[in-house]
Amino acid sequence: MERMITNRRITKSDALNIFLKEDLHKLGRMAMEVRWRMHPERKVTFLVDRNINYTNICISQCKFCAFYRSRGDSDAYVISMEELFRKIDETVSLGGTGILMQGGLHPELPVSFYENLIREIKKRYPALHIHALSPPEIIHISRISGMKVIDVLMMLKQAGLDSIPGGGAEILSDRVRRIISPRKIKTEEWIEVMREAHRIGIPTSATMMFGTVENAEEIIEHLDLIRNLQDETGGFISFIPWSYQPGGTKLGGLSATGIEYLRILAISRIYLDNLVNIQASWVTQGTKMAQMALLFGANDFGSIMLEENVVAATGVRNRTTVEEVVRLIRDANFIPVQRTHLYAPVRVF
Amino acid sequence: MSLKIIERKVLSGERLTEEDAILLFKSDDLLTIGELAHYVSRKKNSDYVYFVVNRHINPSNICINRCRFCAFSKDKGDSGAYTLTIDEILERTREAMALGATEIHIVGGLHPELPYEFYIEMLRVIKREFPAVHLQAFTAVEIDYFSRISGKSIGDVLLELKEAGLGSLPGGGAEIFEKRIRERICPEKITGERWLEIMRTAHRLGIRSNATMLYGHLEDYESRVHHLSLLRALQDETGGFQAFIPLAFHPKNTRINGANYTTAIDDLKTIAVSRLFLDNFPHIKSFWIMLGKKIAQLSLLFGSDDLDGTVVEEKITHSAGAMTDEFLPKGELIRLIRKAGKIPVERDTLYRIIRIYDGADDHQPENNKK
Repeated sequence: MERMITNRRITKSDALNIFLKEDLHKLGRMAMEVRWRMHPERKVTFLVDRNINYTNICISQCKFCAFYRSRGDSDAYVISMEELFRKIDETVSLGGTGILMQGGLHPELPVSFYENLIREIKKRYPALHIHALSPPEIIHISRISGMKVIDVLMMLKQAGLDSIPGGGAEILSDRVRRIISPRKIKTEEWIEVMREAHRIGIPTSATMMFGTVENAEEIIEHLDLIRNLQDETGGFISFIPWSYQPGGTKLGGLSATGIEYLRILAISRIYLDNLVNIQASWVTQGTKMAQMALLFGANDFGSIMLEENVVAATGVRNRTTVEEVVRLIRDANFIPVQRTHLYAPVRVF
Repeated sequence: MSLKIIERKVLSGERLTEEDAILLFKSDDLLTIGELAHYVSRKKNSDYVYFVVNRHINPSNICINRCRFCAFSKDKGDSGAYTLTIDEILERTREAMALGATEIHIVGGLHPELPYEFYIEMLRVIKREFPAVHLQAFTAVEIDYFSRISGKSIGDVLLELKEAGLGSLPGGGAEIFEKRIRERICPEKITGERWLEIMRTAHRLGIRSNATMLYGHLEDYESRVHHLSLLRALQDETGGFQAFIPLAFHPKNTRINGANYTTAIDDLKTIAVSRLFLDNFPHIKSFWIMLGKKIAQLSLLFGSDDLDGTVVEEKITHSAGAMTDEFLPKGELIRLIRKAGKIPVERDTLYRIIRIYDGADDHQPENNKK
C-alpha cells in the first residue's frame, strides 16, 4: 500500500498479497484512488452498439462456451449480408455508433469472406466503427489462408477494420487453457496478435474471463502480461474482466459471486496503471452490480448492447437501455457520457 | 460532506441522532458508510452470517386493502385470484419439512370471507403434524384484521393464535409509517401507530417479531429516518424485535406512478444506515429475493448479518417484477456467505444456532448441475 500512495508501480507479489488479503472496502478505496488519478472528472462513459455474431459454427468448441454449434446442427448458422445490413440499420437508427462483430471458427469460410464482410460494411456505413475479429479468429484466418498474422491484419485494416476486441483471452495461462479451451490459441499467440495489431495502428481491448479453474497467481499473471504489452505498445484502449457463466456449458460448475467480481475488478484497476479504461460488465453481473463496479474502479459502463448472444446462450439474460444506464450512473453521482469505441465523447447526459 | 463526527460516534458506541442518519443517507461515500456498518455488525455478531431453512406460503392473494404498491393482491373473482385450502397449506408444509425446513413463513391478503377460525385451524393442523416447526405467521395488518372480524381484542387474538401454534410475527405491513406517504401508497392499511401498538402488545405477550421498511417508492430520506426512529424507540421499550429487514420496492404491475427499481447504491446504503441507526436491533436481514444474490452477498460487508432463507416459493415480490429465483438451496447460501469471508450459521427462527459451518467441507450446491 505504501507503493500505491507514493505512486510507484505495484509489483506482482504486492498485488497478489492485497488481492488475497485486503478487505473489500480497502481494495475499493485503492482502486478508486487510481481511478481518480486517471479520470479526475466525475464522468462515467458508456457505448451504444450491437454484438453481431456472423456464425455460431466453431471448431474450437471451448468447454466454457454455450454458444457454439457444429456444422449440420439444426440451429447452426452463417449470417447473410441482408440480415447483417438489417441489424446494422437498426443499430444506427437506435443511436449506435459501431458494432462488435465476432464469430465461431468456421471450418470452411474462406479468407475472402472476412475481407468482404468488413469491406462491404465499411462501404455502406463509412462512419460506423467496426470492432471485430478477436485474436482466435485472426489466427484462424491466418491458418486457413496460409497468410502471416501481420498480413491478415493489414488486409483487414485496409478493408475497414477499426479495432479488435480482446475476446479469447479467457485466462492467459496455458495450464488453464488446456483445461477449459484445449483447441483455442495459447497465451503467446493471443499476445502476439495484439502486439502486431498495435504495431500497425489497430487499437484493441483486453479481457479476462475468470471463475473457472484458475488460481489467484494466474489472475495476477494475466494482468501482468497485459501491463507489460501495454508498456511496450500502448495499444490497449480498455480492459474488461467478466465472470464465467456455467449454464449450458460442458465445463459446468458455479458462477463466481458478486464479491469475487468486485475484488477482481478492483485489483485490475490497481494493477493496470497504464491502461486508461476499465469497463464494468453488466451483461454478466446485472445492472445492480455494474453500478457497484463504478465504486470499485470501473470508469465505463460498457455497451448497452442492442443485441448479445454469447452470454445469453448460458441462460443469463440481463437487459438494459440507455435510459436505465443514465439513471444508474447519475444515481452513483457521476455524469453519464455516451462515447464511441475509441472513447471520444458523443453526448453528455 | 465529511462523516468524521459520525465515525467517531460509531467507534465510541454513541447513539446516532436522526440528523446523523439523514446525513448518512445524503452522503455519497458509500464505502465509508459500509465500513462503519460492517464494524458494528461484527461487534454484534462477529463474522457469523445467519440463514434459516424455510418456506414461504401465501394462503390467499385476495385482499380488501389493495395497496397501491402491491402487485400481488387481487379482488375476489379476478382471474388469478386464489385461496389455498388447509390441506393444500399442509401439503406445502410437508414438502418443506422433507427438505429440512425449520420454519414456515405465512402471510396473506385480508380475505373478505374466510372466518377467523380458518387461521386458528390452519396453525393447529400444521402443528399437529409437525409439532417442532416454527410458524412465523401473520403481519400486524392481518392481526388487526383478525381482531376486527372476530370482535376480539388484539391481545386475545394473539393469545389464541399463540395457543394454536404461532411462534412469532413477521415484520411486514410496516411499509413507511409517516402518514403523508402512507396515505398515498396504502390508504386502506392500518396506520403506523396501530402497527406499532400491535407489535408492542405481541412483545408484551412474549411473542417476538421482526420489523420491515418498504423503501424506494414515494418516501424521502426524512420519512425513512422517521420510520427507523419509531422502531428504535419501541425496541428500547420492549426489546421484542429480532431483525430489521429493509424491503426494496419493485414497481412492476403496481399503481405507484413514475417509481423505478431501487439501485444497488440505495439498497446497500439503506442496509448500512439501518445497521448504524438501529443500535438496539440484534440483526439486520438482507432479503435476497428482492436484492438478488450478488447484492445480498455484498450487503454482508455493508451491515447485514442474515440472508433469510431458502424460501422455495415467492409470490409477492415476483408479482412486482422481481427477476431473482424463488429458491436458494442451502449449499448456495453457504457458498455465498463463505465467499464473503464470513461464517455460515444455520439458525432457527428465534436465532438459536442449529449448525455452524466452519469446517473445510464446502458443500456443493444442488443447483447448476446440468
